[in-house]
Amino acid sequence: MSNCPIVRLSNSIMLRVDLFPTHEYQGLKLRPGRPYPFGASVVPGAVNFSIYSRYATDCTLVLFRNREEEPFIEIPFFKEFRMGNVFSMIVFDLDYENIEYGFRMDGPFQPEEGHRFDKSKILLDPYAKLIVGRDVWGQQPNWDNIYPYRSRVVFSDFDWENDVPLETPINDLVVYEMHVRNFTCGAASGVKHRGTFAGIIEKIPYLKELGVNCVELMPIHEFDEFENHRTSPVDGRELFNLWGYSNVGFFAPKAAYASSGRFGMQVDELKNLVKRLHANGIEVILDVVFNHTAEGNENGPYISYRGIDNKTYYMLTPDGHYFNFSGCGNTLNCNNPNVRDMIVESLRYWVSDYHIDGFRFDLAAILGRDQNGNPMSNPPLLESLAHDPILGKTKLIAEAWDAGGLYQVGSFPSWGRWAEWNGRFRDSIRRFIKGDTQVLSDVKERIIGSPDLYASQRRGIKASVNFVTAHDGFTLMDLVSYNSKHNEANGEDNRDGENNNNSWNCGCEGPTDDPDINRLRHQQVKNAVTLLMVSQGTPMILSGDEMGNSQFGNNNAYCQDNEVAWLDWNDLQKNADIFRFFKHIIQFRRQHKVLRYEEHLSHTDYLGLGYPDFSWHGVRAWQPHSCHENLTAAFMLNGRYAVSAPVMVSSGSPESPSEGTPDDFIYVAMNMHWEMHGFEPPQLPQGMAWHIFANTGMPSPEDIFEPGTEPVIENQHEILVGPRSIIILVGRETS
Amino acid sequence: MNIEIHSLGARLDSFNYQEAQDALLAIIEKGSNAILDMTACNYVSSTGLRVLLSSKKMAEAKGLQLYLVGFSDEVRDIMEVTGFDNFFESFATVDECLKALTI
Repeated sequence: MSNCPIVRLSNSIMLRVDLFPTHEYQGLKLRPGRPYPFGASVVPGAVNFSIYSRYATDCTLVLFRNREEEPFIEIPFFKEFRMGNVFSMIVFDLDYENIEYGFRMDGPFQPEEGHRFDKSKILLDPYAKLIVGRDVWGQQPNWDNIYPYRSRVVFSDFDWENDVPLETPINDLVVYEMHVRNFTCGAASGVKHRGTFAGIIEKIPYLKELGVNCVELMPIHEFDEFENHRTSPVDGRELFNLWGYSNVGFFAPKAAYASSGRFGMQVDELKNLVKRLHANGIEVILDVVFNHTAEGNENGPYISYRGIDNKTYYMLTPDGHYFNFSGCGNTLNCNNPNVRDMIVESLRYWVSDYHIDGFRFDLAAILGRDQNGNPMSNPPLLESLAHDPILGKTKLIAEAWDAGGLYQVGSFPSWGRWAEWNGRFRDSIRRFIKGDTQVLSDVKERIIGSPDLYASQRRGIKASVNFVTAHDGFTLMDLVSYNSKHNEANGEDNRDGENNNNSWNCGCEGPTDDPDINRLRHQQVKNAVTLLMVSQGTPMILSGDEMGNSQFGNNNAYCQDNEVAWLDWNDLQKNADIFRFFKHIIQFRRQHKVLRYEEHLSHTDYLGLGYPDFSWHGVRAWQPHSCHENLTAAFMLNGRYAVSAPVMVSSGSPESPSEGTPDDFIYVAMNMHWEMHGFEPPQLPQGMAWHIFANTGMPSPEDIFEPGTEPVIENQHEILVGPRSIIILVGRETS
Repeated sequence: MNIEIHSLGARLDSFNYQEAQDALLAIIEKGSNAILDMTACNYVSSTGLRVLLSSKKMAEAKGLQLYLVGFSDEVRDIMEVTGFDNFFESFATVDECLKALTI
């Protein structure tokens, strides 16, 4: 009698001899289980439960029927149900779609030794693939629930049809950092399934029009939006854990991010989203948080790890307190061999079962600390990830710092496989566009792909993920509208959030009717995205920047589950010029191979093609010395060095010139000075002329042309670059 | 064209899927295409979705087809967000389905 839907393909199924019950307990048939895989897995006619704990002395499996307050049975793991430090049993005749399971772990309670076992708690399975308890966003839970986050069993088949890994080279990506809920929750989003995975599917045509080919989703693992839930003392609004940097589990998607989460179908809904994104040529990167859990420090709740095996899962001081390198109360013990295995298993699971293309590791410097918190030069976890077979083509991106003072941008242990969020790029570009006179030499390093950071370890340009904005900090529109942060609504007296923003409000703090200030703000936004798109390295943009999204000066909107953080889709019309600019410049980047080198440039003409691969210029060609307060510079890329193979997108059309065709010359003149200056572009080879692609100093639609339609400029020897403007020229044969 | 209809009750889930699965298989084994009338159904669980898809694959293995009829709004929504709707040809009523198939 089987509750597992196997369709008989023939009349004879070979039966395993080790799938017959051997025990009976309170009416349920059992047998010793298989220790691997960990977690709950469906086997013919039964469910296999397996859990690991180094220091527990006893374990009990607790089973509930869906949503019931009390369990219907608690089954001890008998001695014969153990192998090493693993408890496993097979339970027969379960309607696996209608049970929730958990564990009670018994063992010592000796905090100074690192043990905090408490068998009165029912604990979530660390390997739970489906977690219920927060199924609908913001729905008040029963605070008296004896088991608030419950593990459920998943039948993990899914028909991916012809979903094949896109394996887009990282330097060809244009990454769109987005939040599942913020993206479509706003009333003007026009989607049916607001704030969910399904809602993103409805916006795929928009993402294609924008031209991004990769979305980076802020944490989608199950987390508790009610963590630190409170009311804002300023405006009385409810504040939630909106961003989700606080894992309840590492193998389950957030139920409340699925429109079908109320039915427990978040697994299928997320897989469907990935499938549809892939079908449209868009890769999926997950922001993953392996640096801490939602259990906090010793005053926090028992969700799972603390009760399952505290000493294994957490970095502890010699007297049993929680190290806090994450700033969130606890630190996951990443280089403990068993936790390392769990992390590797988690990532492999997302790749193999959800077809995820890459991961961005939050506070990744923690991953390089040993079990006592000390930074290691060869962290086993990072080495495992860099060499893992299933992750062999997966993008690995590190936020290469932590909250404990370890800053590793440029020195993150990488084995040639890791890329990094280049925080230096962000800082340099922000300072440049606001007219900082001391930053030009640093800006130049960033534009050429930061060889000062990455060349010595031969990590190449592809190690650098460039960005000007991300979820931490101002949106791009706010970066040019505010001199200081305004986070009062977060209820922490504006103490939270970054102070050092390198922002400039263009003359007035916040919203204004002054047309000149608003014009300048739009121009600065275009300057920022231009520098991002013409720099070597992988560009990442923040969702909403393309429509001039504002958070009203809040640069830390982690708890603002409302119009502050939600995108206002009306902005698309209001700032149509910005969207148009983003669209064209993204397309420009994707079409010009010369902007997307993998290895660092030589700055010489090593192939004798007439011009170096890359050259710096000043206001005069071939004379790169700085003047005008170090706020003017220009560079040229020699397209003959970027001969491309055709790059096919899913629609079948090549996005770069066909095989053997060199790219165009590209010349970028940057004037971050407050006065207009004439620039002299280098002379092109015979038969070629400079065409103008973009001029951020002009109003729309003269600010940018659709790639391929650039008009020839009349004066090939001098261009006038207005104050705080950038001009991009394309050198190609005159038709 | 040989075609037979089976009607579902209010739910298709892990508790009662067996009956629907057996009925569909019986139709297929006879060499008939199948129409599943879901007009009375207002909930399909994860298991239910899989029974529909695997039954369709069984039919296709024999050169036959499974058609779905009569999605309620709730069922249509579930099928859309999980992507299971893309696998099936579906119709509002049995009559519409039969009409389309005889063209």
